[in-house]
Amino acid sequence: MTDQPLNAIERMATVKQERLNARLKQRYNRERRFKAYGIASITGGLAFLAILLITIFSQGIPAFQSSFIKLDITYDPDALYIDDASDPEQLRFADFDNAVRQSMLERFPEVSGRNDTRELMSLISTAAGYTVRDRLIANPDLLGQTETLWLMADDDLDLVLNGTIDRNLPSDERRVSDLELEWIDDLLANDDIERRFNTTFFTRGDSRDPETAGVWGAVVGSFYTLVVTLALSFPIGVAAAIYLEEFAPKNRLTEIIEVNINNLAAVPSIVFGLLGLAVFINFFGLPRSAPVVGGLVLTLMTLPTIIISARASIKAVPPSIRDAAMGLGASKMQVTLHHVLPLAMPGMLTGTIIGMAQALGETAPLLMIGMVAFIVDIPQGFTDAATVLPVQVYIWSDSPERAFIAKTSAAIMVLLGFLALMNLLAVLLRRKFERRW
Amino acid sequence: MQTSTLILFVLALTVVAYVLGRQRSVQLAQPLGGIKRLHSLPNYYGLMAAVWTGIPALVIVAVWTGMETTVITGTVLSTLPDTYTSVSESQISLTFSRIRNIQLGTIDGSQYPDLVQAGELLQRLTESSQFGKVALTLVISVLGGAYAWLRTSPRLRARPQFEVVLKGFFLLCSTIAIFTTIGIILSVLFESIRFFQSIPFFDFVFGTKWSPQIAIRADQVGSSGAFGAIPLFVGTLLIAAIALLVAVPLGLMSAIYLSEYANSKVRGVVKPLLEVLAGIPTVVYGFFAALTMAPLVRDFFQGIGLDGVSAESALAAGLVMGIMIIPFVSSLSDDVINAVPNSLRDGSYGLGATKSETIRQVVFPAALPGIMGGVLLAASRAIGETMIVVMAAGLAANLTVNPLEAVTTVTVQIATLLVGDQEFDSPKTLAAFALGLMLFITTLLLNIVAMSIVKRFREQYD
Amino acid sequence: MTITNQYTEHKADTVTVAKTEPDQFDIGDWTQTVGDPLLDDPRLSARNVDVFYADNQAIHNVSLDVGKNEVIAMIGPSGCGKSTFLRTLNRMNDSIDICRVKGEIILDGHNIYDKSMDVVELRAKVGMVFQKPNPFPKSIYDNVAYGPRIHGLVSRRAELDEVVETALRKAGLWDEAKDRLDKPATGLSGGQQQRLCIARTIAVSPEVILMDEPCSALDPIATARIEELIAELSENYTIAIVTHSMQQAARVSQRTAYFHLGKLIEVGDTDKIFTSPDHKLTEDYITGRFG
Repeated sequence: MTDQPLNAIERMATVKQERLNARLKQRYNRERRFKAYGIASITGGLAFLAILLITIFSQGIPAFQSSFIKLDITYDPDALYIDDASDPEQLRFADFDNAVRQSMLERFPEVSGRNDTRELMSLISTAAGYTVRDRLIANPDLLGQTETLWLMADDDLDLVLNGTIDRNLPSDERRVSDLELEWIDDLLANDDIERRFNTTFFTRGDSRDPETAGVWGAVVGSFYTLVVTLALSFPIGVAAAIYLEEFAPKNRLTEIIEVNINNLAAVPSIVFGLLGLAVFINFFGLPRSAPVVGGLVLTLMTLPTIIISARASIKAVPPSIRDAAMGLGASKMQVTLHHVLPLAMPGMLTGTIIGMAQALGETAPLLMIGMVAFIVDIPQGFTDAATVLPVQVYIWSDSPERAFIAKTSAAIMVLLGFLALMNLLAVLLRRKFERRW
Repeated sequence: MQTSTLILFVLALTVVAYVLGRQRSVQLAQPLGGIKRLHSLPNYYGLMAAVWTGIPALVIVAVWTGMETTVITGTVLSTLPDTYTSVSESQISLTFSRIRNIQLGTIDGSQYPDLVQAGELLQRLTESSQFGKVALTLVISVLGGAYAWLRTSPRLRARPQFEVVLKGFFLLCSTIAIFTTIGIILSVLFESIRFFQSIPFFDFVFGTKWSPQIAIRADQVGSSGAFGAIPLFVGTLLIAAIALLVAVPLGLMSAIYLSEYANSKVRGVVKPLLEVLAGIPTVVYGFFAALTMAPLVRDFFQGIGLDGVSAESALAAGLVMGIMIIPFVSSLSDDVINAVPNSLRDGSYGLGATKSETIRQVVFPAALPGIMGGVLLAASRAIGETMIVVMAAGLAANLTVNPLEAVTTVTVQIATLLVGDQEFDSPKTLAAFALGLMLFITTLLLNIVAMSIVKRFREQYD
Repeated sequence: MTITNQYTEHKADTVTVAKTEPDQFDIGDWTQTVGDPLLDDPRLSARNVDVFYADNQAIHNVSLDVGKNEVIAMIGPSGCGKSTFLRTLNRMNDSIDICRVKGEIILDGHNIYDKSMDVVELRAKVGMVFQKPNPFPKSIYDNVAYGPRIHGLVSRRAELDEVVETALRKAGLWDEAKDRLDKPATGLSGGQQQRLCIARTIAVSPEVILMDEPCSALDPIATARIEELIAELSENYTIAIVTHSMQQAARVSQRTAYFHLGKLIEVGDTDKIFTSPDHKLTEDYITGRFG
């Protein structure tokens, strides 16, 4: 180093302006580039979100409509193989599909032969027979008469109408034969096909046939599961938060509890599924696939979230309020229950709703406890076999039937709709009760 | 009387006890000059009476119901000859359900005299257990109520006593976290130990071939070496690595832009929008990954002339998973970046540094430990994520690091091995718990390390 | 320059303003600074500076010159705007969205608030030392080398070594730090950290150094070292220092400016301000009636 240390900076000062200017442009370019990376990252994330939502919505919207075919149904005792429509025993064994088949053949008299008939029948939903049956059960007098009915069409017909099946493809590459297309065109030309809002989707349980599959069973299952989760996790979470914030002494136990809570918040959800399987089902012998078990598992999973947010909202209550109440001679418990808790409640509720939204979207642990079964019936209680919305999405996404893609997307839309509602509620709650101390 | 009815009955008794306890305190106070002579408000006397009536009884119901099945099953099975009990567990449970069916009359039991006898025992035990439970519960409940009645006096410190009970309840609720952890450890540990009895630990951890389907019969399996978990570990790490490669730069840069560049208006709109990504259920991402992303990835790489791109690729699953954890990374980094004191930024600006120079050379190094913690937490989340990989990564246990091939992960295998009917004595089912143990330990370690790093980082700038 | 011409008129006014008698501590109809805010050959001159935070005006029409190689102290009760004014001198307020500056600040013949003025260049000329020592979480060497590196002021490692050594010597930290240059700067004591921050500032060879209460977080001994350092540095640098301590102002500065509620009340030689101030408010402040 130099003998005259003072000179180093002074020497540098002589070239300072020059060197500074030489680099400035490059530095500002770098600045712009860096900023652009940030914008690109955000745009990338948001673009993905947009693509995801657009994909799901555009795939799902067709599922909210289903096609119906106009047919003249003859309640022919010979075709149904019954003679008394008021006798439930006879109705049970009546062949309604045959009645539908007869009227289809009447509508398309040119069709004959086994194969063509089968192909013709593939236009109409297998559920059509049930519609006919329900009509006859409701009006036993119809036996022997003819009436015009709109019967649900098969999902393939839907796919042709909404363009999912491209009719310009060569016939061996498409699911629907030329013959079927001809019939569909014939029906269309005579206005015998109508597209209606798909109420089945919102009122039925699962089904092997896409056109009769609905989300209602899963919605009800989710509802029961969430009721159990909410009923357990909210009081327990609030109680735990109160204890940890207001009463817990600084000791080993408290420390262990806190570490555990923070840890559980980050344990993979599938591990909670293993816990549910081993403890609730195998050890306590609770029923498989039941909302009550699902609710228990989700309770354990969401508890950390609820406790953490409840603690934060208790912490946000200023000490001055506690001091004021304490100064009037209230006990610690009275201060907590009468003053702190009501003030912290909106925050706790917000946290709980967010926890519930998480629980509603959770799939993996519920697979472990058997909520993934194929369940047609709408669950009636907490111990009935049930599935939940996200699991329904999973089941349908696994199905090879083309039309289930739309159903899956539609089920996702329903799920996202509920989640959006819950989050909206949380946001409104926060807005309404937001307090600045 | 059903258990739920019994519980309702006890609750009704509790309400009655509350009303009576309250009334009694008021009555006792009357001759002394009104309720101001009571130690506590009448309410608390009622509450204490309710506590004495309800809680011991409910504890009895809970314990009895929890033990009942195990005890009865054990007793019934112990009366059976060895031929029935010295077999595998699934056969025992089969036998037991046969006993139950015989007892219910749905199966003709004439060829199994032992089982018929056992069925009768089962019936007897169930009935007496039921009776015993109801009787004991009601007696305890009434006794508790009576005790509360007797000890009610104006000098009883009802409020402090009730507060102690309440505090105990609060404490109990907060210990659920501990019990959950213990429950997780026990449930995966026990089954894992049984698994390692048939498959040696090192074969599992270092084996390179995974094919659990070989295990058709329980007695066949010990010899087969198809439970080598290395392909699963590699697959898991591969997908997690892809996810982190997407999530860390994007999440970090988003956080930096939002906290350092964006004005509050942009931040107010963009931040919640990014958080939406975190609110979308994983099953939706899985669906998107399998149905949209995977074909896209395949077509793209086939388009540039690469053959052998699998329909289910690690890349598609990893990309989508990466997007999913962007908000996770960005909100953690955001916290950390905001914790870096402004005085450091001022110091750098004061010397003439540009914003990006300040961020890269001062803010980022200062925030690095916290960001590392966040990345570890994100890694733990990526490793534990299930639905995306179940739906998009596939089941093929390929030992490869090629992101264009199908791989399988620990979570996928847990899910597939346990969905459907399970036999709790086949290594196939038990393997899921062994994998669960590995998963739990890995994520636990990652979480602990990450949280301690973040904690230390926060203390540094507090 | 037109600005100077405009101001000459003001200067005329200044002379005529008699000692004002404020009602309580309110400045009332304040029009002009008492004393000599202007110099003949200033290093840095502020003209008619107003600073607004959203709708609140924090600085009212301040005009003040800072002379070459002088130490000027800015004093006043808390909230008087002295720190705000100091920060406007190297545009540290730029990063605050709601902050607006009107008027002109001239450095080397250019208005620093001009669009053509580059803030990076400006801050390389006008350095700043802050209230709390804020060393970067890097080694001592890297802290001092930070400025020359980002500006690209040195071309060789040896050159940088010399600059770092020189800066540390000037800041009086060399002997304490020479054996631990690669150790984290956060391991230094508070006073050492503040001297490091000063070394970091002089390593870019600034023309003006702004110091915002540089000793407020330090103990008396460390404070004394920094004050000695300021005296030494004033041989080569122009220093503007904000302080809440009147004694410190009296010890280190040649001129003193007294701020009150965002207005520059009085400027003059430090001796004069502390012995016979012209303005009643200044007198009240230095005699301890408020502040």
